Amino acid sequence: MSGVEGFMYPNEVGLVWSILIVLYPYITGLVAGAFILASLERVFRVEAVKPTYRLALLTALSFLLVAPLPLQLHLGHPERSPEMYFTPHRTSAMAMFGYVYLWYLMAVLVFEIWLDYRRDIVLLSQKTKGLLGLLYRAMTLGSSNISERSLHIDERVGWVVTLVGIPSAFLLHGYVGFIFGSIKANPWWSSPLMPVVFIFSAMVSGIACVMVLYMLATKLRGKMIDMHCIDTIAMYLFYTFIIDFSLEMLDLIHRIYEADESFRSLNFMVHTKLYFSHIVVQILLGTLVPLTLLAITQVTKLPETARKRIYGTAGVLTLIGIFAMRWNVVIGGQLFSKSFLGYTTYKMGLVSKEGLLVAAGLEMLPLGILWILVKLLPPWSESPSHQEAAAD
Amino acid sequence: MSVFKDAGHLFRFAGLFVAAFLVFLIIREYVVPKSFGQYGHYRGNAIAEIAAHPVKFAGHSACETCHSDVQEVKNVGKHAHVNCEACHGPQAKHAADPGSVTPPKPDTATLCVRCHAASAAKPKDFPQVAAADHSGGVPCETCHKPHSPAIADGGSK
Amino acid sequence: MKITRRHLIILLPAAAIAWKHVLAGSLEDAPNYTMTEHWWSMLIDIPKCIGCGNCVRACQAENEVPDGYFRTWVERYHVKDWDLADPEVISPDGGKEGFPEAKDDGDKYFFVPKLCNHCADSPCTQVCPVGATFVTPDGVVLVDQKYCLGCAYCVQACPYGCRYIHPEKKVADKCTLCYHRITKGLTTACCESCPTGARKLVDLKNPRDPIHEFLKTHPVQVLKPQMATGAKVFYSGLDGSVR
Repeated sequence: MSGVEGFMYPNEVGLVWSILIVLYPYITGLVAGAFILASLERVFRVEAVKPTYRLALLTALSFLLVAPLPLQLHLGHPERSPEMYFTPHRTSAMAMFGYVYLWYLMAVLVFEIWLDYRRDIVLLSQKTKGLLGLLYRAMTLGSSNISERSLHIDERVGWVVTLVGIPSAFLLHGYVGFIFGSIKANPWWSSPLMPVVFIFSAMVSGIACVMVLYMLATKLRGKMIDMHCIDTIAMYLFYTFIIDFSLEMLDLIHRIYEADESFRSLNFMVHTKLYFSHIVVQILLGTLVPLTLLAITQVTKLPETARKRIYGTAGVLTLIGIFAMRWNVVIGGQLFSKSFLGYTTYKMGLVSKEGLLVAAGLEMLPLGILWILVKLLPPWSESPSHQEAAAD
Repeated sequence: MSVFKDAGHLFRFAGLFVAAFLVFLIIREYVVPKSFGQYGHYRGNAIAEIAAHPVKFAGHSACETCHSDVQEVKNVGKHAHVNCEACHGPQAKHAADPGSVTPPKPDTATLCVRCHAASAAKPKDFPQVAAADHSGGVPCETCHKPHSPAIADGGSK
Repeated sequence: MKITRRHLIILLPAAAIAWKHVLAGSLEDAPNYTMTEHWWSMLIDIPKCIGCGNCVRACQAENEVPDGYFRTWVERYHVKDWDLADPEVISPDGGKEGFPEAKDDGDKYFFVPKLCNHCADSPCTQVCPVGATFVTPDGVVLVDQKYCLGCAYCVQACPYGCRYIHPEKKVADKCTLCYHRITKGLTTACCESCPTGARKLVDLKNPRDPIHEFLKTHPVQVLKPQMATGAKVFYSGLDGSVR
């Protein structure tokens, strides 16, 4: 049998969860992480990160809108997916997740963005003409009340929404971890640590994502990067990463020490089939290198340019590393046989419905949506100066 | 009511939610299959639909209704507990309309070795032969009657 | 003895009546079948299995199982001496065309037919997001292929590897314990075609079922008991090396 070493149960040879199912926790992780960063300012009053507040929310929304797409493409019958809302099976984590997603999208993210942007939306609805103006007017829900008091009410309600949003974000991504962690049939997945590891790695990836996007966007706008802001973000990234790494090491050490029936098989898999993605990409390049880089900035005083370069590099490596972590969980969990006697190979297509190109496209799509959202609901109060200069 | 004076927009937002929820409930009424939940959290009619799949193997009782003569021969031999379709394949169509469908006679040259080819993996007490040594490639029914194969039982030709 | 016309005049009507029962279109038409009176299970007698593959072929014929996927399959174990932890296992095309000859090296060899265990505490039905897979009141785990989304969560949750996604229908598929047969008084296709009686259908609610009697008087095992799935396929003579 091609690609099989040792013995696999006959139905296990082909993987049923593809790169699209790797993409899904990655995307929802970015959402949860970006939201937590936004909540740092709103709830915990970390003023330093205020320049990234609106960007973080729009980033979260862009990724959350794309999140169902890999799932729809993966399903054998996507047209039946409303069944999850009409007849959710209450013992299924996946079914409950449908509602968690909807709750988070509407009652947290959209609500919070709307509340924060409402004044701008009302003003834009009065200034803009044509179809776009119509869109803005629809977004006001017919209310043009932007009095002091109404905005104050928005501020208070928004604070409560963010407060509720923090556990909601944990639920959003913790649930994805639980979807894997609750499967007793698969020892690579089954662990009470799984939801916790997923939450912390989500926070790491989300914070890194907003940091990198903020640096990129500011450069594209021809503005100055607020160093105090990204110094603070980098600090949160560093400490969150330490916790995430500790949790993953705990899982590893526990497995090695207990050495249960699955250990020999999983250990062999990590050293052979998953060597590149797990040891090289996830641990070395994706965790140890960024941690070391960030540690350097935390203990030494480096000039601004050096810090920016380190943050950028560490951020990108982190994003790659967390993707590798999702890959190692989802794909790794299907590469070994539940008989612990063999291994198979993941044959990823290139142009197929669940292939690499589609995955890459879906990964880029949120950036496209973000670009539209930034144009529609500018996170920054002044218009880009280099565009004004060009228009002269 | 003054506390609600400047919060009208919030009620509109909440109103959207309520409206969407009502639409959801209405759609749900129409869309969820009527038999859902009849026996548990699943579509009750599915059980009957699955039970209605066509049968391909008639089952030895059906064969014995007509072929009791073969059954008598088989019952005293070593193949007493080998059901008819284990060798003759699925014959539900023949059982339903014996005249129209004639089951082909199995080729003993390939059929018998499936069970009786010698292998160290098979139970030691199971009758098995290395075909080449045993018969030199001659079809099994040359010497063995398939319905009562042991030569000692008079099952030889 | 040839069947004469006289035989047929008597036998055909009898067969037709019996057959009407067998071909009954639905549970409602099949007389005398009440789900709650049955609790289905299977017994597999390992020392009797000769690895002929009849059951795999019969299941494919009866249930139109696509090539490369298996509702039932047979594994061959090769255990060296006392080393239960390192068996060599093969299942060439699920054992459909039998097995290659084994070396006569004095080691322990045996065959293990496997199928869905129709678990009473089934993890696959627990994780289904929409209720497309379920345990019937008579103890059979089925898939409602008109309702299944094809998300494959159940495939991941099954510890025994007995489920797969049907390549054409794009829904979950697996052994149905030939539900369409057992509800009509027939046995499953695999049990019907097994030449040695290694596979036997059991009705655990029938005290007069001889196989039920066997379960009460002989040591039997289930696969992966530590998973606590309430597996209902019992094995007699199962070696400790079986995964």
